[in-house]
Parts: sequence; C-alpha cells; structure tokens
Amino acid sequence: MTAPAGTQPDTAPRVAARARRGFLRSALTIAAKDLRAELRTKEALNASLAFSVVILLLFSFAFDPTVEETRALAGGLLWLVFAFAGALILNRSFARELPNDCLDALIAAPISASALYLGKALANWLLLMAVEAVSLAVFGVFYNAPWTRQWWPLAGVVALGTWALTVVGTLFSALTVNLRLRELMLPLLVYPVLIPALLAAIQLCGPLALGEPLASDMMVWVRLLVGFDLIFTVLALMLAETALVG
Amino acid sequence: MREKMLIVFCVLAAILLAYNLYVILLVLPDEAAQGPIFRIIFFHVPAAWTAFLGFLAAAVASVLYLVRKDLRYDAFAVAVTEVGLAFAAANLVTGMIWARIIWGIWWTWDARLTSMLVCWLLYAGYLMLRHAVEEPTQRARIAAVFSIFASVDVPIVFFSIRWWRTQHPQPVVWGGGSMDPAYWNTLFLNWVPLLLLGLAMAGIRLRQERRRRELEALRRMAHAL
Repeated sequence: MTAPAGTQPDTAPRVAARARRGFLRSALTIAAKDLRAELRTKEALNASLAFSVVILLLFSFAFDPTVEETRALAGGLLWLVFAFAGALILNRSFARELPNDCLDALIAAPISASALYLGKALANWLLLMAVEAVSLAVFGVFYNAPWTRQWWPLAGVVALGTWALTVVGTLFSALTVNLRLRELMLPLLVYPVLIPALLAAIQLCGPLALGEPLASDMMVWVRLLVGFDLIFTVLALMLAETALVG
Repeated sequence: MREKMLIVFCVLAAILLAYNLYVILLVLPDEAAQGPIFRIIFFHVPAAWTAFLGFLAAAVASVLYLVRKDLRYDAFAVAVTEVGLAFAAANLVTGMIWARIIWGIWWTWDARLTSMLVCWLLYAGYLMLRHAVEEPTQRARIAAVFSIFASVDVPIVFFSIRWWRTQHPQPVVWGGGSMDPAYWNTLFLNWVPLLLLGLAMAGIRLRQERRRRELEALRRMAHAL
C-alpha cells in the first residue's frame, strides 16, 4: 500500500511512537473518566475523607498527643490512616463498573487492558493524594505537628508511598472485583504485599511529619520506596491483561 | 505407581528421621553456649529451607499456569504452597520455642522473625483468596497472579526488614555464623527426610486436587442430565 501524498510512509519507530501515544492517551482518558465520575458522585471520596478524620480523632484517645508521643507514632499513624482510606477508594475503583456491565464494556473497548489499568491507577492515586492532603492538614492541627516546614520532601515521600499503595491495590481490586468477599479480601491481600513500602514510608514520615529534616542514613528507605514502585509498576502492567481478561 | 512412590518417600523419611533423631539426641554433645536446646536447629533451619523451596515451586507453577492454562499446574501450585506454609509454621514455632529458652521471650520483632511471619501471612492470604473464588479457572488465574506478586515481594520483604532491625543469631549459611562440621552434616542430613516428607505431603495434596476436579466434573454432568 502506498502512503497518501504529503504524508511520510510508516516506519517501525513511527508506528511504535504512535502506539505509545495511543496507550498514554487511552490511560489518561480512563483516568479522566474515573475522576469525573468520582467528583460528581463523591461516593468513595466522602467516605474515605470522613473515615480518615475519624481515625485521626480516635488515635488521639489511644495515646496522649504530646510532642514525644507524636514523634514516636506520627509515621505509623499517618500511614495506617492512608492505608485504610486507600482501601475504601480502591474497593470502589472496579466495583463501580459492575452495575450495567460497564466493566465488560471497558474490557471490550479498543484499548489495551494495561492502559485501562494504568488509567484507573492514576485516578486512584490522585484521589488518594487529595484525601491525604486533607488528612495531613487535620493531623497538623489536631496533633500540633509543624510538618509544613518539610512539606516538599514530605509530599515526595507521600506521593511515592501512595503510588505503591495504588499500583498494587488497583491490580488486586481488578482481581477481586467479582468475589463475594471483595471488601474483605482486598485489604487482606494488599497490606501484606505492601509491608516493605509501608515500612519505608513510615520510617521516612516519622521525622518529616514533625518538620524535621531527613538524616542522610534515611536515604536507603527512599531507594527502597522507589525500587518497590518501579518493580511493582512493571509487574502490574505485565499482569493487567491476565488480571482483567484472563 | 505414584501411590507406591508416595509410600516409599514416607518410609524413607521415617527411617532417616529415626536415625537422625538418634544422632541428634544421643550422639551429638550439647552445644557449649546454648546447652541441649540448640538441637532444635536441626529442624528449625531445614524447615525454613523446605518452606522457601515450596514457595519457589509455587511461583514457577503459577507462571506456568498463566502460560499454559493447564489446571494441573494450578493444583501443583496450591499443593506446594500449603506444604510450604506448614513448614514455615514449623519454622516459626520451633524458633519461638528456642527463643523462649535462650532469649527468655516468645517473640521479638527481629528481622528474620518478622520476615518469616510476613511470608506466612502472604501465603495464608493466597489460600484465603482461593477459598473466596468458586469457579475453578477463575480461581486458578486470580491465585496465580497473586502468587507471582507474593513471590516478587518476598525478597523485598527480607531486605527491607533486615535494614529495619536484626537480633537473630547470624544465619549459618552465607551469613557469617559458624558451626562445627559435625553439626553441619547432621543439619543437611536432616533436611533430606523433611524434604521427602514435604514431597509426600505435596503428592497427597495433589491427588486430592485431582479427585476434586473429577468430582466437580461429575457434579456438573449430573446437573446437566
């Protein structure tokens, strides 16, 4: 077949570049669709926000929020809140598509399953980051924690940790969407797999949440977090097709 | 044929275990620093090796299932995971007994204890996930994906928790710990019966899975009639 006048003939790199653009565009379309649907209904967002504020309140009864106590517990407290709030959002991510067989339509759409998965993961990540921003504000006020002094490194750590949570959680959400015990199984499966990432994030957020800079020996945890994110992003993109279609 | 192999494995394991127990309990002297309790290592360490071998086999079988879509690989994966989990539990329990005598506490959040517990939780999650899915091919696919995730996670768990803290006596293999050669031989010699026992258990479990598939097929046929 000859190329139409005025256009370049297709070459292998050109085709690959177009496929890559198409992949990213479909992923962004899915992410935009999910965000729009969520911002209109706010079903997962409101539940997740209310839940994290309630947990933050409850923890203030569990221990006395003095400076020393907060120093010891801040990282763990924040990440428990984020992990629980995340489970609520992740549960809804694929379950939302079940009524009216939307999931079947999405799978039948002319986009790859990994693009569908990546779009959902991006949307979940943004939603969870929004919930975490509000939780951090509430945490700062309730627990007198001056984390704004280190807001930039803290945002980086939270972004990396949240990506770990969403990259594993979104794939497992796709896996468990048809199960009877979906709401129960998801956290049960996600949390043990996430332990290395949560451990790293908890270590890093401890000093950062109190506005203290990171010591140089903490960089090993940043490396762990980045490595975890990379490994599981690749693995999840590879297995997305299997998880969604079979 | 297969059944005879299983019986041979079990008999061999029993003979070897009897001999090893004789050596461990009556021939080998007490260890200088720890006294008689050190003997638990001859079960504690090989149990961990057997468990990890089981988890490794499960990962390979899960990948093979996703490639070939043959339910026999799925049956193999669940058989070796269950056996691995049993040996991991044996490792945890023997370790706790040893810790109670030597450290004076049942449990401490040391690196190796924590990592083994996390491994145990991961694969216990695998079995729970299997229970939650009815349809066999869907169950096999979901379980295989989770098993691959778990197997990739295990080394990361070990590294991360090692950085976190460590109190465990240095591992005797590739860890700088030292042990008398006589103990070494017994340690490896005691791995053989545990491995044989694990193989026999996996074989029996595999047979159960085969029977279950046959039963399910018969039940479907009965419904169709």
